[in-house]
Order: sequence, then C-alpha cells, then structure tokens
Amino acid sequence: MIYMYKVAVVGDKDSILAFKALGVDVYSVYDKEEARKTVDTIARQNYGIIFITEQLASLIPDTIERYDNQIIPAVILIPSNQGTLNIGMDRINKNVEKAVGSNIL
Amino acid sequence: MALLNVKPTRMELTRLKKRLATATRGHKLLKDKQDELMRRFIENIRKNKELRLQVENELEDALREFLLASAVMSPEFMEQAVLYPKENITVDIKKKNIMSVYVPVMTFIRELEDDEGSIYPYGFAQTSSELDDAISKLYKIMSKLLELAEIEKACQLMADEIEKTRRRVNALEYRTIPDLEETIRFIRMKLDESERSTIVRLMKVKDILEAKA
Repeated sequence: MIYMYKVAVVGDKDSILAFKALGVDVYSVYDKEEARKTVDTIARQNYGIIFITEQLASLIPDTIERYDNQIIPAVILIPSNQGTLNIGMDRINKNVEKAVGSNIL
Repeated sequence: MALLNVKPTRMELTRLKKRLATATRGHKLLKDKQDELMRRFIENIRKNKELRLQVENELEDALREFLLASAVMSPEFMEQAVLYPKENITVDIKKKNIMSVYVPVMTFIRELEDDEGSIYPYGFAQTSSELDDAISKLYKIMSKLLELAEIEKACQLMADEIEKTRRRVNALEYRTIPDLEETIRFIRMKLDESERSTIVRLMKVKDILEAKA
C-alpha cells in the first residue's frame, strides 16, 4: 500500500525559502515558542519527514527528542544558511555512544 | 548476590530449576540479538556519518548560492517566484523489520519525475540565473536528504533498541542467573542436610531398638 506522507521544512525564512520551490511545505519560524508549537502541530499531521534547521533545533532539544523513538515522523536536522552548528553530527555520535558504550568512530 | 526468598523444599527446587533454564535460554537469545543488532548498527552509522557530512556540505553550498540569488533580486520578486511550486514532493514510508526493530523505508514520490528541466516554477524574465542554479542544486540534494532521513531514523531507533537489549542481557547475566544458581545450591544443601539427619535419626532408632531386643 502506498501511503503518502508530506515533507516539511521548518526554519528561518531566508534559509528555507529555497525549499519552497521544490514543492515541500515550508514553515518559517523565528522564536522558541513558535518553533515548538509548529513542530508539534505538524508532527500530528500527515508529515513523514520534518527537516528543521540546526539553529532552531538548538532552541528546542526536548521537542526534537520526543520524536526520536517514533518511526513517523523523522525529525532531521539540516544546516541553515549560516552554516552548520554540528548538532546533527553530535546526535549521530550520541547514538553511537548510547548503543556501543563509547565512541568508536 | 542475594538469596531469593523461598522455602527450601523439593517443589521450590524444581520450580527454580525451570526458571534457570528459561533464563539461560533467554540470555543466549538476547545476546545473539544484541550482537546482530550491533553489527547492523555499526554498518549503518558509518554510512550515516558519511552521508551527513556530504549532505551538509552540499546543502550549505546550495543555500549560499540561494542567498546570493536573493541578494541580487528584490525580496518580493523572490517570494513571488517560488510561491507556487510546480513540483510536489511526497514520501511513501514503509516499515522494515531489522531484528524486531521497525525501521522506515522511504521513497520519494515526485510529481515531475524524469522532467528535471521544468522544476522552475517561475518565468525566466524576471529572475536571475543564480536562483536557477541554487534550485537545481537543491533539487539534486533532495534525494540524498531523503536517504539521510531514512538512515538516521533507523540508527536512532536501533540505538534505543540496543540499549534496551543490553540492559536486559546484563540484568539476566549478572543478576537473575547468579541469584537463581545460588538459591538452587542453597536448597540442595538444605535438602541434603535434612536427608543426612533423617538417616542418622533412623540409625539411632535402630540402635535403640536393637539394644532393647
């Protein structure tokens, strides 16, 4: 069965406007409260993947973590136009530590 | 190690022996599960890391280009240009079972498949060529981004499951099994002891009876 999930991008407007041309849903968000609300709202809707800029994600780590152990939606961090903050990499390393006990990579 | 709080009877002994057998079998199975999960996880996480590095670099490039494009054009035009996209990307998510962990398998569904030339939703008259470049770059990154989403989610879920399994394995290995073994030994000793005392008592009774006769 093919079940269609939508794709969303959350971030500051300058970084994510480009995604709009590709036909994914774009939510421009600026502060912490707004970000939390947006992510929670769209997670409950029919979204399969939520890309969020690292700048925003660094403000709401708890909200991001809440979706870590659910299959849907996948919340994935992307760098914004100000470059990467390495939070995405950190999360990978944290996963390794959690699973293996120490960072082997 | 602590003795379990049970009465040293023969019935209790059989019960505990059964429990020990189950625990040992469960431990072996869980250990196997943990090993296999770990193997898969390490495979995936390597890929994950590589992919993320790649995607981050490329995405940064594309976004920088987009930034340049928006510097050349007026913001109103920019917004107008991308306001009504021609392309519509959705994603189909299926579940795959890796050692009892459900991981997603994602496939993009693009409305304009095989028609890359026409993804630009605007006329070329009022927009700059930088915008075209940025968008076509971004479009190419999307499939990699999807792959990243899939693999990163899988890694997250697997990491959780590995942690859970490891706790279970350790609890069985260092707590349940030694406790059971010790208690079984204790009950055996007790039973042997009472058997010996019964024999001694019987011998004594026999002696007394013989002395009387």
